[in-house]
Amino acid sequence: MENNQKFNIEITSEHKLLDLHLKETFQYRDLIFLFVKRDFTALYKQTILGPLWAIIQPLFTTIVYTIIFGNLAKLTTTDVAGEYVIPSFLFYMSGNICWEYFQSTLHATSNTFLNNRAIMGKVYYPRLVAPISTALSGLISFAIQLILFFIIVAIYFIKGGSSICLTPMLLLVPLLILQMVILSVGFGIIVSSVTTKYRDLAMAVGFGLGLWRYGCPIAYGLSIVPERYLCPYMLNPMSPVVTTFRYAVFGFGYFNLGQYLISWIISGFVFFIGLILFSRIERTFMDTI
Amino acid sequence: MDQWILKVDNVSKQYRLGQIGGTTLRDELQRLSAKLRGKDDPTKQIGTRTYTNGESFMALDGISFDVKKGERIGIIGHNGAGKSTLLKLISRVTAPTTGKISLNGRVACMLEVGTGFHGELTGRENIYMNGAILGMRKKEIDDKIESIIAFSECRQFIDTPVKRYSSGMYVKLAFSVASHLDSEIMIMDEVLAVGDMAFQKKCLEKMSDVSKEEGRTILYVSHNMNTIRQLCNRCIVLDRGHLVFDGSVEKGISCYLNTAITVATEVDLSRFKRLSYLQKKDARFLYAKYPQRETNVFEREETIFLELRWINNKEINNLGLRIVIYDSQETHLCATFCYDFYSGKKGEKCEVKLKLDFSCLSPGNYQSYYVFFTINEYGGNEDIDQVRGLDFTIDDPKGVGKLAWRTDAWGHFELPPPMIMEMRNI
Repeated sequence: MENNQKFNIEITSEHKLLDLHLKETFQYRDLIFLFVKRDFTALYKQTILGPLWAIIQPLFTTIVYTIIFGNLAKLTTTDVAGEYVIPSFLFYMSGNICWEYFQSTLHATSNTFLNNRAIMGKVYYPRLVAPISTALSGLISFAIQLILFFIIVAIYFIKGGSSICLTPMLLLVPLLILQMVILSVGFGIIVSSVTTKYRDLAMAVGFGLGLWRYGCPIAYGLSIVPERYLCPYMLNPMSPVVTTFRYAVFGFGYFNLGQYLISWIISGFVFFIGLILFSRIERTFMDTI
Repeated sequence: MDQWILKVDNVSKQYRLGQIGGTTLRDELQRLSAKLRGKDDPTKQIGTRTYTNGESFMALDGISFDVKKGERIGIIGHNGAGKSTLLKLISRVTAPTTGKISLNGRVACMLEVGTGFHGELTGRENIYMNGAILGMRKKEIDDKIESIIAFSECRQFIDTPVKRYSSGMYVKLAFSVASHLDSEIMIMDEVLAVGDMAFQKKCLEKMSDVSKEEGRTILYVSHNMNTIRQLCNRCIVLDRGHLVFDGSVEKGISCYLNTAITVATEVDLSRFKRLSYLQKKDARFLYAKYPQRETNVFEREETIFLELRWINNKEINNLGLRIVIYDSQETHLCATFCYDFYSGKKGEKCEVKLKLDFSCLSPGNYQSYYVFFTINEYGGNEDIDQVRGLDFTIDDPKGVGKLAWRTDAWGHFELPPPMIMEMRNI
């Protein structure tokens, strides 16, 4: 019998730093699709309103924001000081749907290992399938919200009286969505990798996300931030995403290419670190979780 | 054809005992900073290889074996022997501490009841989900969905959410999906235990069919020796992380059951650990011997003589003796009785010499148990003492024109031949 027969899978204790199983993950794309379908159907099973809940939630949050931050606290809803008007409802809604997606995806992916340990403890499939499908199923709700948002924008646009205008910047929207996916999954898988050993981080995430929201220009316009703090403020990768999203949709507002590129670099870095950590942990997390 | 499909090469898996994780962040930081400065690990005990915060435990220790295509391997061992750990390593759920596992093709894993199923989805949707988890493409499942549903016997409920299924139906569905996967290696861990007998039988048949026809390799873990016997053609016995046996199924099973037949011709029974139900200490066996023999191997027609000694702790009336014969897998085969053969006073020691006729026993290895009993006032049996006695082997002095005895097909007894009363041409 030949001794140097080729095997297509070798399982050893060694681990290459950049062995991310991306090819294998691609082979399991049907599984990703099925997980997305499962998440979506299971979410709205035995509900009367079904996917309408995806709309109700941001709608009511936005209404509350409009009343509290807009009408009572009278916070500014402009990103740069100037003579233009954005309906405050649209302002809050734009920030809310972006943040809602980011927050829910980060939260869901940060529980990847904990929630799936029963099945992951029994059978192998590329572990990255789980966070990817979580991010994608979040996109479905986000898409529904985005459509609603664009309908409302269109209504305001036709009605007139606001400074909304169409610009080629609208093409940035898909890029912004991609960045949100990468950023939330990146943070999520870092947290999920670390929580296999230390559960503290899972506690911190829920509470930290609640605070982080106020570090982004969602409840207030960017123009409220003093000039000298603007640079460190925009290092928060979600801040340029939110302001650029508004700039792209409304046709005016705050856009700084340098800051936007830096936020992309940060997002990419976080995602990459997440991938490396994740592929390191996934091999033995069953022993420590 | 003779291709290795799985090679397990000196594989070990170490776990740390104690608290899960077995270490704190502070320890870990200390260890890391020491490593960076090139110093010794400060949390390590001097002169040992283990950490202070939990001793290590080898779940598997240097396991090596090779598997050829189409082999059906039964893996047996006591709880904690490392069976499940081994399967986890092979199915890539966790990585070995040292060593290497190489394999060819896909590995399919039978899942425990309910894992991999989502309660809100219907049976059909779950078939797709479960298949995809096991690595099937959607197209493959499309092709096979009909036969999967047919095999699962759940067609009536296939479009009902599985949260309404019984656990038996869960298993049937899960097994059907896994068995239809074109995987080269199939892993089953004690899963058939939930299905009913008919379905278990069906599964085993299906497994041996696919193995024989398509050359699939099966790794099967079970505590049920009969299913191992039915399905497997090779057996691996693990004991506390070590591979103690690798070879034929029957030998593996007797190695596991630790019922290897001894060759002693005499035994001291006074120290034998009695079962706890033997409350009455009226009489106790002391000693048993096959007199004037050098081995415990007997020819088939030979008469067997047995000497027994015992002591009375009380006055005894109408003591009975029973000798129960087991085969090497601890199956009860038959018994022989002496009723009311003895009554005696307290403190008496006695010896009896018995002549036994075991001529109907087929060739093979046997165990015997000696039991003292009395018949109580209700006419029932009451055991006084029970010990494992001397083993014996019946040898096969194959007569001219006779066949060698086949225990697997013909059982343990050869009855006296039928007497031919009349025979004529018609």
